[in-house]
Amino acid sequence: MSASATAPLRATFDRPLCDRLLYYMVLMRELEDRIESKLYRQGKVLGGCYTGRGQEAIPVGSAILSRARDWLTPSHRDMGALLIRGITPREILAQYMGRATGLTKGRDGNMHMGCARRHCVPIISSIGASIPVATGLAFAMRYRDESNVVFNYSGDGASSRGDWHEGINIAAVMRLPIVFLCNNNHYAYSTPLDKQMRIADIAVRVKAYGIPAEIVDGNDVFAVHTATQRAVEHARSGKGPYFIECKTFRMSGHSAHDAADYVPRGLREEWSKKDPILMLQKYMVEHAGADEQDFVDLRQRVLDEISEAVEWALNQPYPDPATVEDGVYEVR
Amino acid sequence: MPQTTYVEAIRQGIWEEMERDSTVFVMGEDVAVYGGAFKVTKGMLDRFGEMRVVDTPLAESGIVGAGTGAAINGLRPILEMQFADFMGCGFDQITNFAAKCRYRWGQSIPMVIRAPAGGNIHGGPFHSQNVEMPYVHTPGLKVVQPATAYDAKGLIKAAIRDNDPVIFLEHKYLYRSVKEHLPTSPYTVPIGKAKVHREGSDISIITYGWMVHVADEAAGRAAAEGISVEVLDLRTLVPLDRGAVLATAKKTSKIILLHEDTLTGGLGGELAGIIGEHAFDYLDGPLVRIAAPDTPVPFSETLEKAFLPSSDQVLEKTRWLYRY
Repeated sequence: MSASATAPLRATFDRPLCDRLLYYMVLMRELEDRIESKLYRQGKVLGGCYTGRGQEAIPVGSAILSRARDWLTPSHRDMGALLIRGITPREILAQYMGRATGLTKGRDGNMHMGCARRHCVPIISSIGASIPVATGLAFAMRYRDESNVVFNYSGDGASSRGDWHEGINIAAVMRLPIVFLCNNNHYAYSTPLDKQMRIADIAVRVKAYGIPAEIVDGNDVFAVHTATQRAVEHARSGKGPYFIECKTFRMSGHSAHDAADYVPRGLREEWSKKDPILMLQKYMVEHAGADEQDFVDLRQRVLDEISEAVEWALNQPYPDPATVEDGVYEVR
Repeated sequence: MPQTTYVEAIRQGIWEEMERDSTVFVMGEDVAVYGGAFKVTKGMLDRFGEMRVVDTPLAESGIVGAGTGAAINGLRPILEMQFADFMGCGFDQITNFAAKCRYRWGQSIPMVIRAPAGGNIHGGPFHSQNVEMPYVHTPGLKVVQPATAYDAKGLIKAAIRDNDPVIFLEHKYLYRSVKEHLPTSPYTVPIGKAKVHREGSDISIITYGWMVHVADEAAGRAAAEGISVEVLDLRTLVPLDRGAVLATAKKTSKIILLHEDTLTGGLGGELAGIIGEHAFDYLDGPLVRIAAPDTPVPFSETLEKAFLPSSDQVLEKTRWLYRY
């Protein structure tokens, strides 16, 4: 348990904020669980199926600080960020099911979704490619002299890509307003960290580019939130990019088909004791006047919301095959 | 009034669009203080300032990604690849992200990627290539290569105003070897329209880029022998002006498909497919492809000359096809 989670309640972590954080973390957990454990196995969701189980504190603790005109580039384990931006479970489920009313209208699947209106760039499947894109989003903010920032999400594997290094360097050289959130979950598909790099901390790489970088407990939503707040203030005030390495663990396989037998026995059990939702709930009981019944009620409310959305999505139309060639180029 | 070179025409076109639209900016390696490796952006830093004329680190993928992000967030970037050969370093950003944005999530990417391409400048394997085909084969991209100063100016302006990513290939040999008088009033040249560069009735040469001039020279020599050659300048490779291709094919019934790019997988094959499918009954002879051999671009003068299609070669094939 990190220091911040056992510290006395501070004004910024009042009950309403705790409730919001918990709601999005539980919604992400249960929505992904419904998709992976039920809909995927029932054949109602096709294709890949990635979850951020155990990593909910990272997208939720950070994206909750985003303003309407900020831009986000979430990765495939950051559904909480999409939810916070107002993307609904209905839209997400229709997307997973390849329906015409999904965010990509059936053009793309699973977590490969975004929405220009809500300033979320969809995942670029070539991991790390979102880092240079984030620099361009941020460059346009500077171009117009705005105080907005970009929230960029990536993982440990991404930090081996050339794009990661090119983008981090451009961000540093141009002092662009970007908050980099790295979920170091110790595995890139089956590849453990020690086969990814010879150092333990990605933050070390980042510092070499001249960007401030800090390491936080990625399972502690308050730690993520506090660091993000620092980072956002830094970026909004024109001081340039800021990098937060969130140490966490992927509590699932790479995707639904992956049993992750390559993870040493016991490691996942060890990390399960640090479940970010349980950590937040413990804090709320000890410091924010919550009790177990509150959590039972919240979970039920979330499950009902998801069930309603599943029913809705299952009744959505598939895209018209006649539209397969539409939307490649602008039609004037 | 002095004539305007191809390189100056591009510079003027960018300049005019930057005057016209404050969201247009240029970004790339050595484009600001130095004015670009070929001086296309010369003087722009002084006029438009460092926010709109941006020197970047040496990072093609980073540049393309940054441009795409800026386009998503309301700007109209013009990116310079120092040589088209290095555009491959940004291939993933171009083909996996920029090209797919509209189809995946309805997002316009109004971005131009300028890339000096082509040989005949003794550039060797890394500074002479014609790299158009991987981009022609990527749905979502437009691909343009002007052959004249007039078209260079009109097409760069159209590319900047286009709401899809445009690969704008500039032929390095043409930068300072072709020039003409340009209109004093602003104009654009539409993307997607080919142009009959030279009218003729016996044989059509369908080509683009520098090869338009090689074809034209061969056509002039053929005319002296009584062979009337039409030269169709495609100007845009994507979207291809199929109407113009089929019109010239049906007009002359004898077709040469000429490009500086290497033979296998070159545009000539695609053109042959279109003509074979849609104008087969009009043909009076085989479809003849003339292209560079399937090798890297060699450096030494004798080798490069042997590599590049020449007007001699075109004339020889023209005579052969005429007699067929």
